[in-house]
Amino acid sequence: MSAIPVIVILSCLFILGSSRPRVAVRVVAVQGFFLGLLPLLRAGKDLSAGILILGLSGMAVKGLLLPLLMSAVLHRTGIQRESDPPVGYGASLVIGVLLLGLAAWLAVSIGFPPQTSLPLTVTAFFLIMVGLFLLIGRHLAIMQSLAYLVLENGVYALGVSISLELPLAVELGIMLDVFVAVFLMGNLLFHLDREFQPAEAAQSPEQSGHEEEA
Amino acid sequence: MSLLLLIILIPAVAGLIAFFLPNDGLRRWLWICAAFAHLGLSLWASFFAPGLPGSAWIGMDALSAVFLSLTSFLFALVTIYGCGYVAREPADQGPLPESGMLLKNTSESVFTGSLLLFLATMSLAILSRNFGLQWMAIEATTLASAPLIYYHHNRSSLAAAWKYLILCSVGIAIALAGIFFISLSLPAGMQDIGLAALLNNAPALNHKWLELAFLLMLVGYGTKMGLAPLHNWLPDAHSEASSPVSALLSGALLNCAFLGILRIQQVCAAAGMASFGQGLLLFFGLITMGTACVFLLGQRDYKRLLAYSSVEHMGILALGVGLGGLGAFGALLHMINHSLSKTMLFLTAGNIHSRFHTKDSRQISGLGRLMPFTGTLWLAGFLAIAGSPPFGTFISEFTILRAAAFNRNWLALALYLLFLAAAFIGMATVFLRMYFGEPAAAPRRENRSAVIPILILCLAALTLGLWLPGPLGARLAEAATLIGGVAR
Repeated sequence: MSAIPVIVILSCLFILGSSRPRVAVRVVAVQGFFLGLLPLLRAGKDLSAGILILGLSGMAVKGLLLPLLMSAVLHRTGIQRESDPPVGYGASLVIGVLLLGLAAWLAVSIGFPPQTSLPLTVTAFFLIMVGLFLLIGRHLAIMQSLAYLVLENGVYALGVSISLELPLAVELGIMLDVFVAVFLMGNLLFHLDREFQPAEAAQSPEQSGHEEEA
Repeated sequence: MSLLLLIILIPAVAGLIAFFLPNDGLRRWLWICAAFAHLGLSLWASFFAPGLPGSAWIGMDALSAVFLSLTSFLFALVTIYGCGYVAREPADQGPLPESGMLLKNTSESVFTGSLLLFLATMSLAILSRNFGLQWMAIEATTLASAPLIYYHHNRSSLAAAWKYLILCSVGIAIALAGIFFISLSLPAGMQDIGLAALLNNAPALNHKWLELAFLLMLVGYGTKMGLAPLHNWLPDAHSEASSPVSALLSGALLNCAFLGILRIQQVCAAAGMASFGQGLLLFFGLITMGTACVFLLGQRDYKRLLAYSSVEHMGILALGVGLGGLGAFGALLHMINHSLSKTMLFLTAGNIHSRFHTKDSRQISGLGRLMPFTGTLWLAGFLAIAGSPPFGTFISEFTILRAAAFNRNWLALALYLLFLAAAFIGMATVFLRMYFGEPAAAPRRENRSAVIPILILCLAALTLGLWLPGPLGARLAEAATLIGGVAR
């Protein structure tokens, strides 16, 4: 259990330093798998059917379905790497380390109650910050959707760390929402690739021109 | 089956059927039947069935009544307009006469299905009594409406749909973190984040965690509501979507996100910390109004102008609730007035766009003579949205002004007046230029289904300026007290 925050933090640093979306998708899959495992490990002997369903569906959606969808998008669009991101990969790694420090400081200074897992809270804050950073630090639309997944993983980790037991229907509904969101993103990515080469989403309608307005 | 459940299920089931119905005519009838059945049930549940039994998941209170009846009324009128719209705009339109550009729209089945699912998710967001369920529903509104923004399959609408999906999903993920903090504020041994449980235990809630929850939910739902500086998705999405969709995004969807903020403000008010939320809402309201004014001045794209006007009015709503007291009542009344006026304007903009095939206001003139009905409604819509008497917006904006004066918050009052004046100038320049002047094209007969819903909206906006119906006034007053305000 204590190894999971370390694995997740390292996976984030890996994503920050990687220029290849294909590798980043796999790393996010590993991250999703371990985060899905968390509720099962946290429950320990108190494992109920609800937590089991939640954990297994989390692992299936975050660790398998969503990465498969992203891989299909990558295969279709043929994107290999993002060569010129707004923030370079070296600088991104340095920022990542600083964000880790900030996440640790924030988690400690907020003063969470004792039943909250501090390493997990630090990890959750770090994931949220990395997700937000990737949103502005990468141009490729596929990387922005991965950024959303990282951020969502962070919120999920926060929920596990403070042991909030939402009703199962709501938990599964939240997971369904995330799945449909990423599915829609994947769908739009196909079209983005056809319209913008490579699939860049950072252009606003103003930049992309009004000549095609309808 | 519960009446409230039917309000959610009717559009949901109709939406799913619409995806697979092959016949266009049948599908449009299904759309009309679902919209008006929803309207009938919503009005009944909101005004004529006091004490309607709910559950821990969904229920009806004064806030839900105001939001639900408004959403359903707008959707019914957009349905009348929309059925004519989709008939006039088939999926494959071929090359446009003016530009020669090939135009291909989303298929009608996807359009109608998504629109009905959009209504179902908005209804669920409004009726939900659990913060987790409400979050799920608000995120689902984003998912149901994203394909609607990509209605015209071109680069601009694609980029707008992408931006909308990413920014709103990220914003709402942050709101979910806020909901987790609500659970930390609960007294020991309690896990329920249902609205009723939170209100019943409000005095025992931990203020520190509740403040953090409010902050994150304000940022999260504020992104979706269009509060600056997180409003970036709004002008693109509103200007790129088809006009019936823009009308619903502005008139109904933004309100759902606003309700998300009001629900946590309701809990804060019950916990005796209404002033914390009010301070933040006041600040973000003024920032939002100021930001919108910067973009309203000199704006040439008339649909973007309407979108930035929505940002400005979201700022007014936040400011009203932030002022507290009478301001909360004014904000809720203003929400209704804004929705009526803005839906009216977006539908009118749809008529103008269908005639001119451009969003550049400089290429349009002489609307008054060229399209007498649409032109007159365009001008009336301008007066309504600018807060001119005798329209309802004047009353609600004046109520908020009175609240600022009553609080002796002279800085807020001065900025409020300054931003209202700047917005008026920015909008008047465009609206008057389009209405007056030499007609830029030959007159053509106007479609009745494209004018009647707009006329009804105009009359409704006008009526609210002259007379506030008793049951609506009572519901508004009750809703205002729930969020830390006072009745009239």
